[in-house]
Amino acid sequence: MKPHTLSILVENRAGVLSRVTGLFSRRGFNIESLAVGPCEEPDMSRITIVVIGDDEKIEQVMKQLNKLIDVIKVSDLTDSERVERELALIKVTAELGTTRAEIMQIASIFRTQIVDVGAKTLILQVIGDKNKIDALEKLLRQYGIKEFVRTGTVGILRGSKTVTSGK
Amino acid sequence: MKTGAKILVESLQREGTEIIFGYPGGVVLPIYDELYDSSLRHILVRHEQAAAHAADGYARASGRVGVCLATSGPGACNLVTGIATAYMDSVPIVALTGQVPTNLLGNDAFQESDITGITMPITKHNYLVKNAGELSRVVQEAFYIAGTGRQGPVLVDIPKDVSTGLADDVKLPEKVTLRGYNPTYRGHKRQIEKALDLLGHAERPLIYAGGGIIASNASPELVEFAQLASIPVTTTLMGIGCIPCHHPLNLGMLGMHGTEYANFAVTECDLIIAIGARFDDRVTGKLETFAPHAKIIHIDIDPAEIGKNKRVDVPIVGDVKAVLQDLLTLMKKRDAHEIWLKKIRHWKQHHPLKCPTNGALHPQYIIRTLSDLVKDKAVIVSEVGQNQMWTAQHFCFHNPRTWITSGGLGTMGYGLPAAMGAHFARPDVPVFDIAGDGSIQMNIQEFGTIASNQIPVKVVILNNMYLGMVRQWQELFFDRRYSYTELPAVDFVKIANAYGIDGMRVESPDEVLPALQASLDCDGPFVMDFRIEREENVFPMVPAGAAINEMIGGHPRI
Ligand SMILES: Cc1ncc(C[n+]2csc(CCOP(=O)(O)OP(=O)(O)O)c2C)c(N)n1
Ligand SMILES: [Mg+2]
Repeated sequence: MKPHTLSILVENRAGVLSRVTGLFSRRGFNIESLAVGPCEEPDMSRITIVVIGDDEKIEQVMKQLNKLIDVIKVSDLTDSERVERELALIKVTAELGTTRAEIMQIASIFRTQIVDVGAKTLILQVIGDKNKIDALEKLLRQYGIKEFVRTGTVGILRGSKTVTSGK
Repeated sequence: MKTGAKILVESLQREGTEIIFGYPGGVVLPIYDELYDSSLRHILVRHEQAAAHAADGYARASGRVGVCLATSGPGACNLVTGIATAYMDSVPIVALTGQVPTNLLGNDAFQESDITGITMPITKHNYLVKNAGELSRVVQEAFYIAGTGRQGPVLVDIPKDVSTGLADDVKLPEKVTLRGYNPTYRGHKRQIEKALDLLGHAERPLIYAGGGIIASNASPELVEFAQLASIPVTTTLMGIGCIPCHHPLNLGMLGMHGTEYANFAVTECDLIIAIGARFDDRVTGKLETFAPHAKIIHIDIDPAEIGKNKRVDVPIVGDVKAVLQDLLTLMKKRDAHEIWLKKIRHWKQHHPLKCPTNGALHPQYIIRTLSDLVKDKAVIVSEVGQNQMWTAQHFCFHNPRTWITSGGLGTMGYGLPAAMGAHFARPDVPVFDIAGDGSIQMNIQEFGTIASNQIPVKVVILNNMYLGMVRQWQELFFDRRYSYTELPAVDFVKIANAYGIDGMRVESPDEVLPALQASLDCDGPFVMDFRIEREENVFPMVPAGAAINEMIGGHPRI
């Protein structure tokens, strides 16, 4: 069992997301991360799903996804060279004069952006793969994370290969 | 400008619909008003579940798309079992439901239910129509999706203001194209060559033929292929009828209640050609011991079925008919596998299906008598349970689409309404519903439909006063503890009479033929209540989880 990153190109229509996620839930899969948004075609959307499961089960879900009328293309990016990113916004306790300087140092090592400065808090914006964000979260926990907001993973193949409608 | 309701009816007619099965209600009033003076025939059922099953029975018997119609909320929810039944057996139906007006969607309005949400996992696709202008396109797509590729049910949910709303005629394409839906019809040439290569080397090949052959109307190709390559054929419950019962290469059904010789053949063969079948657990028994010595060629239109349960050596994705045609063109006639065929003949001779004859009224005898009486001139529908298995085993089917049963879902109550639908597809032959006393009571209200429309369905109730199949499991695996499986006696003839239907009770073997003959002589529907041996079992049987050659109730192996 390993995490699989699936890239799914769909019609941009009501109900498509629940058709797609329904195929995972009926098999008892827990979706680790999910990202949906517009893509290069105006009337299509791209869904990136990260899900943990054994290869055969994932292959079966992919075949079932392909059968959905509203799904145009499905790819498993897992074994390909790819770029994966998430974005997280972290509101961390940072009292003036105490921990604030340390946090700002960590922020710069992780190449995060400070997007809000409050009297008692800072909001850090970090972009990276899952491991980087996990690592930052772990480091910041000692200062007190008040809120942690994170997008799902988005992934794209390296080089000229694509997951497109192929039109 | 036309109303949505009018557009709907015209769209159905353009798709060639001649009959719909339905039940009215508030939000479909505009549609019913349109049907009032339309040439489209409508059959008023007595429960919406029956409308879905009737559309399904019509589709299976005719090969065309069946249509049912229900109101929103309770009406739509009552269709659900019927839609799921069609989905599991890949039957093309279009289910039309009314919905509350669009401005009330999501409001828990009176009789609102999210039927597109509810049916998402049991339809091939579904639609919530948002305005009258898109209705004709949606109907065209729904029929196209239902009836092509791996067929299945499509639901179209129509809010009331869409039926009453006005729209201009839309120019529809000659042919539907959907970028997310492109079934593969032709098999891959290289794979077909690989299959031929395996065939050339096999010494003990076996065809495992499923419902896909019936769905793709490929029976003639199948029989020709089997003959040319001299390969015996075993069929699934859904595949029955794809090769004539008396054909020397036919081994009958395999699996849990399959024939001993079919299951022996599976266990000993060295090549399986699975055609339009899906290695269901009722067929394979314990997967690891299913066809342990065989290489597998799997031909199916649905790529998701290939490799799902069993590793396959040569997958061929394509329409079964097209692939068989390609195989036939490329294949050379080969010598009969004499040793193998001889072995099979030996098994057939020494392990026939048993038909008890001790003076009591046995269901197997009833089925065989019916089979001899009607021969190839009937459509046989069944309910679910022992009645279904006895029919599958003992009726001699000559042609595809003459055996109609709920396989995948195993829906009790399917038979009677499906038989009504089948009649409209095949008015030229009598339609029999072989029923259990439990199953018939799940949709017995349809006596009303067959009576008032004089639909000449002949109902054969194999009345054991038990939920017999469940009782059989309790007898064999639960120490005869008959927990809630006994049904009190019901006088089915009186029930039939109350609806104005003729009937007959049968209690001894010598009354069987006269009763069946009487049912044929009667122009309208007819109900027969056969009081059979109460604790008769279906044998042979592969216990759940066992290997399929480990059958109980068979003959000693010689
Ligand atoms: C709707 C539904 N409920 C429950 C079952 C489980 N079940 C399978 S066979 C059976 C007994 C059927 O009894 P009957 O119709 O009398 O047929 P028999 O087996 O006695 O021939 C039951 C309860 C089912 N298949 N369908
Ligand atoms: Mg019974």
